[in-house]
Amino acid sequence: MIPEIGLFSLVLAFIVSCAQGVVPLVGAARGHQGMMEMARTSATAQFVLVLIAFAALMHSYVVSDFSVVNVATNSHTLKPMLYKISGVWGNHEGSMVLWVLILALFGLAVAVSGGNLPPGLRARVLAIQGLIGAGFLSFIIWTSNPFERLSPAPFEGNGLNPILQDPGLAFHPPFLYLGYVGFSMAFSFAVAALIEGRVDAAWARWVRPWTLAAWCALTVGIAMGSWWAYYELGWGGWWFWDPVENASFIPWLVGTALLHSAIVVEKRDALKSWTVLLAILAFSTSLLGTFLVRSGVLSSVHAFASDPERGVYILGLLVIVIGGSLTLYAVRAPQLKGGGLFAPISREGALVFNNLMLTTGAAVVTLGTLYPLILEAFGGGKVSVGAPFFNATFVPLMAPVLIACVAGAMMSWKRSDLKGVLGRLWAAFAAALIVTVAVALFMGIKNILAALGLGLAAWLVVGSAVELAERIALFRGSLSNSLRRAAGLPRSAWGMVIAHGALGLTVAGITASSAWQDEHIQHMRAGDRLSVGPYEVVFEGAGPVKGPNWDGIRGTFKVMRDGKLVTTLHPEKRDYPAERNQTTEAGIHYTAAGDLYTVLGERAEGGGWSTRIYFNPLVAWIWIGAVFMALGGLVSLTDRRHRVGAPRRAAVPAATATESA
Amino acid sequence: MKALQPRFLIPVAAFLVLATIFGVHLSEISGGKNISDLPSALIGKPAPALDLPPVEGNGPGLKSEQIRGKVALVNIWASWCPPCRLEHPVLMRLAREGVKLYGVNYKDRPEAALAFLAELGNPFQALGADQAGRTSIDWGVYGYPETFVVDKKGIVRYRHVGPIMPRDLDAKIYPLLKKLGAENG
Amino acid sequence: MRRAVFILIGLILAAPAVAVEPNEILKDPALEARARDISRELRCLVCQNQSIDDSNADLARDLRVIVRERLSAGDTDEQVFKYVVSRYGDFVLLRPPVKSSTLVLWGAPVGLLVLGIIGLAIWYRRREPPEKEDSLTEEERARLDALLKAEDGK
Repeated sequence: MIPEIGLFSLVLAFIVSCAQGVVPLVGAARGHQGMMEMARTSATAQFVLVLIAFAALMHSYVVSDFSVVNVATNSHTLKPMLYKISGVWGNHEGSMVLWVLILALFGLAVAVSGGNLPPGLRARVLAIQGLIGAGFLSFIIWTSNPFERLSPAPFEGNGLNPILQDPGLAFHPPFLYLGYVGFSMAFSFAVAALIEGRVDAAWARWVRPWTLAAWCALTVGIAMGSWWAYYELGWGGWWFWDPVENASFIPWLVGTALLHSAIVVEKRDALKSWTVLLAILAFSTSLLGTFLVRSGVLSSVHAFASDPERGVYILGLLVIVIGGSLTLYAVRAPQLKGGGLFAPISREGALVFNNLMLTTGAAVVTLGTLYPLILEAFGGGKVSVGAPFFNATFVPLMAPVLIACVAGAMMSWKRSDLKGVLGRLWAAFAAALIVTVAVALFMGIKNILAALGLGLAAWLVVGSAVELAERIALFRGSLSNSLRRAAGLPRSAWGMVIAHGALGLTVAGITASSAWQDEHIQHMRAGDRLSVGPYEVVFEGAGPVKGPNWDGIRGTFKVMRDGKLVTTLHPEKRDYPAERNQTTEAGIHYTAAGDLYTVLGERAEGGGWSTRIYFNPLVAWIWIGAVFMALGGLVSLTDRRHRVGAPRRAAVPAATATESA
Repeated sequence: MKALQPRFLIPVAAFLVLATIFGVHLSEISGGKNISDLPSALIGKPAPALDLPPVEGNGPGLKSEQIRGKVALVNIWASWCPPCRLEHPVLMRLAREGVKLYGVNYKDRPEAALAFLAELGNPFQALGADQAGRTSIDWGVYGYPETFVVDKKGIVRYRHVGPIMPRDLDAKIYPLLKKLGAENG
Repeated sequence: MRRAVFILIGLILAAPAVAVEPNEILKDPALEARARDISRELRCLVCQNQSIDDSNADLARDLRVIVRERLSAGDTDEQVFKYVVSRYGDFVLLRPPVKSSTLVLWGAPVGLLVLGIIGLAIWYRRREPPEKEDSLTEEERARLDALLKAEDGK
């Protein structure tokens, strides 16, 4: 019964979204108040309907209703409840329902809180959102119905994959979707603005909160996925430039460029056409990712079991959504009037530079990911593009951005004095220099690149602190004066300082863990000891161990420092007979200075075990930095200005103006 | 209203090209193409050397001279590989029709390999054991089974990854064999 | 089939992503370091997107051993790559070779950047000052002057 309600709800939602997509657009074109208002009611209704469908699917999973094909394939009675719930989106059909739920959620949010939007714009925005929803709801209903039934219902489900029963893996999709799908709102705003023919400071201010929220979620989602790979896969690898990873990273890069570009529109009424294009591209690259993951054109560890028929349907949606919006852009963008002029050296200039570099970076990653496909299509043979390519091209592109990041934040609008700015950043420059030289001396000159990386991280952290100090006039007046200014500092300024500084942490983590990983691969017998990083690791042997649905071998490592026991680690190798699956669980000791990482391998001939022990310096900073970046974004999101909205000119009665003329 | 400016069309044009490529690719996949299939690096080049010992208890092994001067099918297989089992009847059929097949038994236990052939039939003119897997690597094998078609001059002309199914015979193998048979040695 | 795909994915995900076994490691650390670097550049063909350094697969292990054998026999890095590529084709290289077919790929970072800078320069030069939407008419200008004079007079 409940699955049928779910399906019915989806169908209703589809009908509502069609109406939502058409009526308000017509209403906005005609200035018909009632038709425009329908946008809000239908957006609310669509959310409620999709929520009912999602709840119905969730219910089926929670009670393990195996008469539903989706549940039978992906769930199991023995799964802990937490993972029964996360199983809802751990498969293609269920994840698509989550997708449209989040789409509808953003629509609802604008319907409910978009009171400060002009009715015409709001109507158009919600209409576009509705059209996208209609497209994807139709995709679900016609090709990926999660409520298909199975008769007779099996007694037990098929889905007990132990790898999916992990908090990191199970819960990063919702964050990713909040990000990807959240960019749909920026997209809808952009298309609505193009239809209206007007992009202005107010538009930029309205767009920003939704883009920020999506960006924060995407940052967290990517970080979670990366952290999961690190602790689950066994050696300290946390990014593989896999096509599906890239598919999440590209929208993030474009979204970051969008966030920064929108600032210029808001403050200086410039860069409009560029910002609108970025808003369209952020969601377009998200859709591209959706296509790549679910269509089967690229092989990847992450791809859902793929189906070319579904691929064709999604491709059709892509052509309509992306092709349509880009065509609208081509026709309408030339009409967007440019605003304030600015000198190349100015905050606008720095933001333009930032835009350029981030977009180039996104384009390079996109090209690298799709190149094998493109080349083959043009008969150029089969070539493979892997991590070495991306590391060689993307990393150097980002270095200038990181330098400009700090300098640009200190520049004034319109025209800035480069020497003055760099002068004020002397502390950051000094910190960077000291760190670089110290590291190069301490670790050896052949590590110069890593030293520069850490220097860059110092530049970012100290530079952000300098920026904050400037704004609150620290060292330039009394402390109480500074504190007062700090209290009054807009949240968006705090957000920026936190996010940029956090970026420095991530850069430091990436540099240190890549350059100075201490790796030891060897056979060990009980009693063997090894010096790894700052620790002495003693292997105590390995023995069989049993879990609820697995058999395994567990190793014991005693971790000592200066003769004292710090901790005991228990890496395992597990065999899940029911699922015919094996996993390795690493034994990790997390510290701020770095992780001690132990992995148990195979039994060696002649006794003893193959073991891998690593010390990964500063690796946790990567994800801590990412979390703080998201936090900075959240802080920025709570800025008063977003809630108040753009200032509205008092309506001057037309009569007085003509009267006195 | 400003006229349509060409540079604003670049994004949509680029996208449409990409979408077309995707579309073509999807239709190829629907048509049965496997995206993981790789072209062999040996096509058009002389077949790598074969110098394999026999599978214990079965013949003199497999040497390069044996495949020279004729159109030969070299098949890499193992008894533990399920698609090899699937493919075997097709190989038997080819052998019955007079096609010269040569087998490379990859990392297999001799008893298992011989039992496999006893059960399903032996289509091979000669059979060699590649216990270390080096010969397979020399031939650029990555998926099992694989079959190479070598012409009379000893040049590799075609590689088939995965089991040869009846439809592959009509689509690819028979036409190729006919063409190569007509060529001079 | 789907189940098989899932299992395969599961196995791959579960495998520790450095698969070098202690008995593969060469005694000479310099050679071993070269072997690791080379292995990181070679794709494991039976896995999805792993290098032979990362992969547990049999083929990966065999290739790792071959790489070490060739290095021990005195081959240069290029010779080792050539050995593998002549058997498996360019696809086995994770770093695409720089050839006419990959010029667009390798040229993209710098090329796109240059195009972007040129585009920006052109755009910058072409910009018109914003239209004066609030330009005053003659009468209004006169009124303004009068008002200002009155102000100054106070």
